[in-house]
Amino acid sequence: MARAVSNRTKVINTAIAGTLGFVMFFPILWIIILSFKTEEDAIRAPLEVLFSAGWTTENFVTVQERSDYFKHFSNSVIIALGSTLLGLVIAIPAAWSMAFVPSKHTKDVLMWMLSTKMMPPVGVLVPIYLIFRDTGMLDSRIGLTIILMLINLPIIIWMLYTYFREIPGEILEAARMDGASLKKEILYVLAPMAVPGIASTILLNIILAWNEAFWTLNLTAAKAAPLTAFIASYSSPEGLFFAKLSAASIMAIAPILIMGWFSQKQLVRGLTFGAVK
Amino acid sequence: MGQITLKQVRKSFGDVHVIPGVDLDINDGEFVVFVGPSGCGKSTLLRLIAGLEDTTSGIIAIDGKDATALPPAKRGLAMVFQSYALYPHMTVRKNIAFPLKMAGMTPAEQEKRVERAASVLDLTSYLDRRPGQLSGGQRQRVAIGRAIVREPAAFLFDEPLSNLDAALRVGMRQEIAELHQSLKTTMVYVTHDQVEAMTMADKIVVLNAGRIEQVGSPLELYRSPVNLFVAGFIGSPRMNFIDGAEAAKHGAATIGIRPEHVNIIAAGPWTGTVGLAEHLGSDTFLKVTVDGIGILNVRANGEVGHHHGDRVSLAPQADKIHRFNRDGRSIT
Repeated sequence: MARAVSNRTKVINTAIAGTLGFVMFFPILWIIILSFKTEEDAIRAPLEVLFSAGWTTENFVTVQERSDYFKHFSNSVIIALGSTLLGLVIAIPAAWSMAFVPSKHTKDVLMWMLSTKMMPPVGVLVPIYLIFRDTGMLDSRIGLTIILMLINLPIIIWMLYTYFREIPGEILEAARMDGASLKKEILYVLAPMAVPGIASTILLNIILAWNEAFWTLNLTAAKAAPLTAFIASYSSPEGLFFAKLSAASIMAIAPILIMGWFSQKQLVRGLTFGAVK
Repeated sequence: MGQITLKQVRKSFGDVHVIPGVDLDINDGEFVVFVGPSGCGKSTLLRLIAGLEDTTSGIIAIDGKDATALPPAKRGLAMVFQSYALYPHMTVRKNIAFPLKMAGMTPAEQEKRVERAASVLDLTSYLDRRPGQLSGGQRQRVAIGRAIVREPAAFLFDEPLSNLDAALRVGMRQEIAELHQSLKTTMVYVTHDQVEAMTMADKIVVLNAGRIEQVGSPLELYRSPVNLFVAGFIGSPRMNFIDGAEAAKHGAATIGIRPEHVNIIAAGPWTGTVGLAEHLGSDTFLKVTVDGIGILNVRANGEVGHHHGDRVSLAPQADKIHRFNRDGRSIT
């Protein structure tokens, strides 16, 4: 039987949820507001900011002129998509073997991969930086693609492993009995059945790679800098430009926010795949 | 052709010896049923034949050729799984055609064979549906269809009926038996249900703890089980076992008598009290506590009117008493 919930409880719950939602969204809302203000208005007290008269789109124009938004944007797209695709190429066979032909050590390997995510990245900054310097990958899109792929690989493998585990082994055995080679088994049976899982893995990893700031800031200078570096360049030692920083932030997060908005159904379905039959 | 020979086939998972060593001949066209309690290794044995598991040692030969190291697809066998294992994202038509597509057959030939299989299995009107839109019995027929289109050397069935309800199971059982009669292809069938084994098999292989206890026709196993395990496993209701003084009278450590071989007569050697009486109409099953022996199950005709608490007198049919020695082996 469904639990009885009184109308009063419903109203209170809705109010609490609405307030929490607003509090969480507020910083983004505030950035949006600031991005349409002049620099003078932007540093006033909050209430004055809200009611000051000047609304302007000049920040966006200045930001584009000063630091070439589209170059950073295309770097972000290449790095996010590239690292995700490269990750899938490695993760699909890895997850397949761990899900369908597990060995004694599969659990240990999975835990070990996850444990690398618990290490603070700054701990390996120096060796990675030196490797990048010596191999000439500093400030290169290839270098960033590789490092972001490696950072997210444990998550990609874990997610795919979980989805693959949901696929009954007997169906793959049936394909084998029906004469399918390993390649055809993956192509015709496994992949079509794992599409929701693979799709949400792709989405999540694009988001993670897009938002990654530590490595993108430390390993790039000008050429390969993605949007994270673009935002950071506005909080510079020469002083804070709140309005321009806000405009830059909006320009950086807008694409991923829009993509997330349209794919949220797929994302949620993928993340809860198998939890509810 | 579909002749399968197992020679000293062994299978171990680490230190667990699931199949300690099996020799078996399956002749072309035979309907062989592997039967045994759960965990006896019957499914593992079938998967070894299919090639889905690798043997630890021993030889599996199909039509005289060593197939031990061949992958499943190269063995020319088709398998029907307990869970049906249909491809959920494909229509019935594509499911049935899948093995043909993998074999590189032309679309026209695929279509012809699918249509033929569908008409045999009464699936023609469901060809464009997906497995999710079918009932359990229909799904099972699709799984069988996918197996028969390839015209394999032998069919392997892994408990194909255990996910169906009782009424459907009887129907499908008969369909599979009829299919065997019309195709005359070797079938190897795994079940834990001895009724399925008795009704379908040409040859039953009784397995226990990975060992073959006895191989024979259903009636051979029923009439002359070689040991206590087979005696207790084949036949429903189960054989009654009596030991102690009553068994010693027959010169055995244990004697067995089937419920249908105990008669209710006016003055038999055994007397007892009826505990439970089940009147099925066609038969009556009585659970009788016999003085000095213990509980015996008795199968009598449907007209027997005994009820709980009645005193009855029983007599075993003398030529139907099975005698077993101390090791549980049959004494002949």
